[in-house]
Parts: sequence; structure tokens; C-alpha cells
Amino acid sequence: MNMRYFESLNKALHELMQQDERVILLGEDVLDPYGGAFKVTRGLSTAFPNRVLTTPISEAGITGFAIGLALRGFRPVLEIMFGDFLALCADQLINGAAKFSWMYNGKVQMPLVIRTPMGGRRGYGPTHSQTLEKIFMGVPEITMVAPSHYHDAGELLKRAVLKGSEPTLFIENKSLYPQPLLVAVNSQVDDFYVYEDLAEDYPTVSLSLAADQRPDVVLIAYGGMAPLAVEAARAVFMTDEIVVQVMLPSLIKPFPLADVLSAVQRAGRVAIVEEASVYSGWGAEVGQQITSKAFDQLRCPVGRVGAQETPIPSSVSLETGALPQVEDIVKALRAQLQR
Amino acid sequence: MYNQMVLVRRFEERILELFSEGMLSGTTHASIGQEADAVAVINHLAEGDIVVSNHRCHGHYLVRTGDVVGLMAELMGKADGVCGGRGGSQHLCADNFFTNGVQGNMAPVAAGMAYAEKAKASGAVVVLFLGDGTFGQGTVYEAFNMMSLWSLPVLVVVEDNGYAQTTPLRLAFAGSFEARAQAFGMTAGEIESTDVEVLYKHFGPLVERVRRDSRPHMEVIHTYRLCAHSKGDDFRPVDEINNRRKLDPLTIAGEHLGLERVEVVEGRIRAVIREAEQTARAMQYPRWTE
Repeated sequence: MNMRYFESLNKALHELMQQDERVILLGEDVLDPYGGAFKVTRGLSTAFPNRVLTTPISEAGITGFAIGLALRGFRPVLEIMFGDFLALCADQLINGAAKFSWMYNGKVQMPLVIRTPMGGRRGYGPTHSQTLEKIFMGVPEITMVAPSHYHDAGELLKRAVLKGSEPTLFIENKSLYPQPLLVAVNSQVDDFYVYEDLAEDYPTVSLSLAADQRPDVVLIAYGGMAPLAVEAARAVFMTDEIVVQVMLPSLIKPFPLADVLSAVQRAGRVAIVEEASVYSGWGAEVGQQITSKAFDQLRCPVGRVGAQETPIPSSVSLETGALPQVEDIVKALRAQLQR
Repeated sequence: MYNQMVLVRRFEERILELFSEGMLSGTTHASIGQEADAVAVINHLAEGDIVVSNHRCHGHYLVRTGDVVGLMAELMGKADGVCGGRGGSQHLCADNFFTNGVQGNMAPVAAGMAYAEKAKASGAVVVLFLGDGTFGQGTVYEAFNMMSLWSLPVLVVVEDNGYAQTTPLRLAFAGSFEARAQAFGMTAGEIESTDVEVLYKHFGPLVERVRRDSRPHMEVIHTYRLCAHSKGDDFRPVDEINNRRKLDPLTIAGEHLGLERVEVVEGRIRAVIREAEQTARAMQYPRWTE
């Protein structure tokens, strides 16, 4: 079996710490034998006891602390146990990390990576299941990377840590942690043809069941929505013979418009799915960018799929209703073809 | 040290005038009456030491860097200001000097910098200046905890001027500064003085102890701001302010020095500031480039 998503990240952290003395890891409960709430930091404190710091439960404080490390030449990797807690880090991120390099006129760099799990589908309830990326979509100077399991998640983490000089939120959808990475063999994963531009630091993976045909619709999704998007694409191909090109960016801010534009222009129809509610969401920005560049080729308005405008409930039956499901995506894809 | 205090005083007085004249925009926070704090602490620091300041930072900056033109130009929003006009009054950065405008958000950053310096075995200490009003922020205590837990070389200098903008300390503060720091296992002390000589002697051993023991210490200076928090926001009783004028650090230090030398210093500093202002006025405004 291929390496799993969390194992890929764990391996990358081991390699990062081996390769570069400036990398320092910190977060809550990251020490062995526990190794972090989702086991991504397992083994690291044993291998590098002086460079793995378990911290008090002080999300704002440890974010500021990591910023201080970055200001003095380290490349800190901070784990925030649940993405929901980024709300506690918000001042440090917005008024600190995102500002220093620019407002000090380039006198400092901010090579800070914050890894955090987002997303629901685990029954964790309202404060441990959210997808809060959209809060940081409007903050200049913050980069957001959110690999799906079609990406080499560990490799992307290494790039963020070693190449980045700006604050980066590295979003790991918690439903992906146990998933095996789906690495293309001969440009195939199962019966999907897969393309990604490996020259890009944060590539967009493109999947199609009929790569030789013009797609009927382009479906854009990221992170934890990837498996649902792919399943929906298969479903509408089987039942309606709709050819869907699924595009999975790993860089979600700034959005890599160029990666999707030509496919969008060919198809003339686009649906965007995200796990957060759609209001003021990631898809609104993506949809507007697409519309501004491909208006003449679009045959209908961009479709949107997302969560309900409520907190995420705990009960699995309620949570299923609140979060986007494969059927919702199928419906949106069919709606695109009906216009 | 008297020179430095006069520099800070006359600089900030001139800044407030320039605001009134419409030469400066935005906001500013002067430290008039508190100049002795910056001078007494920062003169004990070595080159590699780090100063982390706050919204009321002009004094700390001038004493640390002596860069009158850079600060004047920054306040005027000029391209050759210390941060190219991007930061302004409360967002300054020079070698090992950092300020930011949100209360308390630099406290954990200071802790992280101290950890980094300790890890590098550089021997540097971090001085973190806080105001009394900042003690309402939770990040201060998160930072105190980390500083003590990880034995970090941080000297926290609290400038307690009795007011958080317009709110007197008694309306916003329970307990005591020292007890709060001591609760985290930090050592803490206090001094009430505006006499720069007294303060300077007081801080020498504290800086050295933080460096030697690599342990955090908090020292409170009970002082008074003789100017408004910012501009047009002073509602304190006039009698109270006038009483405190008797303890003006410049008056105290000037009496030690004698009138003749005071006048020489005043004349020299006024010339320095006048020249810096002219230089800064002649500078270009930055142009927006994408």
C-alpha cells in the first residue's frame, strides 16, 4: 500500500529536521509516545530531542513565540492541534506574521509554517470540525497550502518549510490523514488520467476519465473535498456521460488561476466545491477570478457547493446534512449541463 | 544620558507641533515624562541585545539607535524613513529593535526571540517594554509562562504611568504587577523614580543578572506621562499633572548638571533636531509600486 497522508507528512518532518538545523518543531502534545493528536509528529522528539518543543496550551502565545524564532533565523514548524484554534492565533498571524516583513520594509523575513488539521466528517462537533481558511483569505502576505491525497503532501510541506520566506498556513484535512497517497503510475490513478505540472512548487492535480475529450465541466476542489469531487466525477460520467475535469490546487492562496484557466475556457462550465459554507468563501474568490478572465467562454454562472450556513453539528446524521456530500456535487455538475 | 533624554523630549515636542501643523498624519504616542526609563535601561545593553518595544516607542528607538533623521522621516512618511514610510510611529524595525502597535502581541514574540538567542548561545538578552495597560492582555501571561518555563533571558520593563490611554490603573487592574509575574516563577521588583541616575544604577545589575542566569525578570518603573496618551485625549486633573511636573526627569537631571551645561545641551539638541527635520522634509515621499 502507498504511504498514507499522515505518514508522508511525518516522513517529511523527519527529513526536514535531518537536513536543516534551522528547522524547529513546536506544538501541543507533540512529544513521544503520543506524537501529536494526529500522529504527524511521531518519533520526532525521540530523534531530535532538543529541537522538538512541546508547549503549553497557549495558541496565541506559541504562535508569537514561533514568530520570534523566525525573526531570529530559525524555520519553525508550528502544529496547531485543531484548525479551529487558529481563531486564537489570529492576532499573531494578522497583526504580526503577516505584517513584519512588509511593514518593516523588507528588513526581516518570516519563514513560518503553521500546520493544522481542518475539516469535519469525524463527528468532532462545532469547535473541532470547521474549515476556516476563508478567514485568512483576506489577509495579504499569508500563503495557504492545502494538499489533497493526490498530492505528495510531504514534499509540499518540505517546500513550504525550506523555500518559503513568508508565513504559510499548511492545511491538512483531517479526513485525509489515514488515506493512502494516490500517486499516479503512468499518468493514471485507477481509471483516471492524471496530470500535474511538476515544475510548480505547489502543483494543481488534474484528473479526467476521458482526457482525450473536451471536458463538459471543470470541477475545482481542494484538500478534503478531493475524494468527494473524484467520486462525483465518476458518478456523472457513468450515469450521464458528463466528462468532468477535476482540478485540485494545492496552493489555495494566492489562487493559481493560470493552472485552471485554459481548462475552464475549453469547458465553459465550472463548479467549485469547498468544505466551508459558501458565503464569502474560497469559491467566491476563485469564481470571480475565473469570471473576470473567462467571461466570454463561460456558458453559465459558476456553480458553488459548500456547507450549510450553520455550525458543524456533532451527531453524524446532522453533520452529514451540514457538510457537502457527493450527491450535492453531482447535482451541481448536472445543473451546469442543464444551462 | 542627559543628552539622550533631552533628545527624546525635544524630538517628541517637535513631533507634536508638526502634527498640529498638519505635517504629520495618523497618530503618535509621546513618552514625555518617561524619558529616563529608556535611557536607564538601554544604556546597559550590548550590541547583540534585542529591544522589543510598543506603541510608545520613539524614546526607546532614539536611545537605542540615535537615528533621529530615520525616525523623523518615518513619521513624515518619507521613502528614506527607517521603514520606508510603511510602518510609521509605532511599527519600527532597526538592527535588533522591533515595535508593533497591538498591545501585548510582542510579548510572546520576545520570548521566541530569546529562545532563539539562547539556542544559538549568543549571550544576548531581550528587553521587552510593556505599559501598565498592556497587563490586560492574555498574551502577556502566556509569554511570562514560556519565559519562565524555558528559562529565557528576558528583562521585562514595565513603564507604569498610571493610565491606559484615559483609563486610570485602578479601573482596569486588580492585584499587583509583581505578584502576577511571581506567579509564573519569575523574579520581579519595582522602583518609583524619574531620576535617571537612580534608575540607571538600579537597572545595571538587573540586566547582568538576566544575562548571567538566563532567567526572566520583570521590573516595574512607576512613572508618569506628562503629555497626553496620543493627541487630544488627556482628561486627567490639571493639579495632578502639575504636581508631577516637579518630578520631570529633565528637571531632576538638569539640577545635577547645572544651568550652564543644560543650556549647551539644549542648544546642541535643538540644532540636531532642526537639521534632522530639514533633511527629512527634503526627502521624497515613497511612490506606490506594485
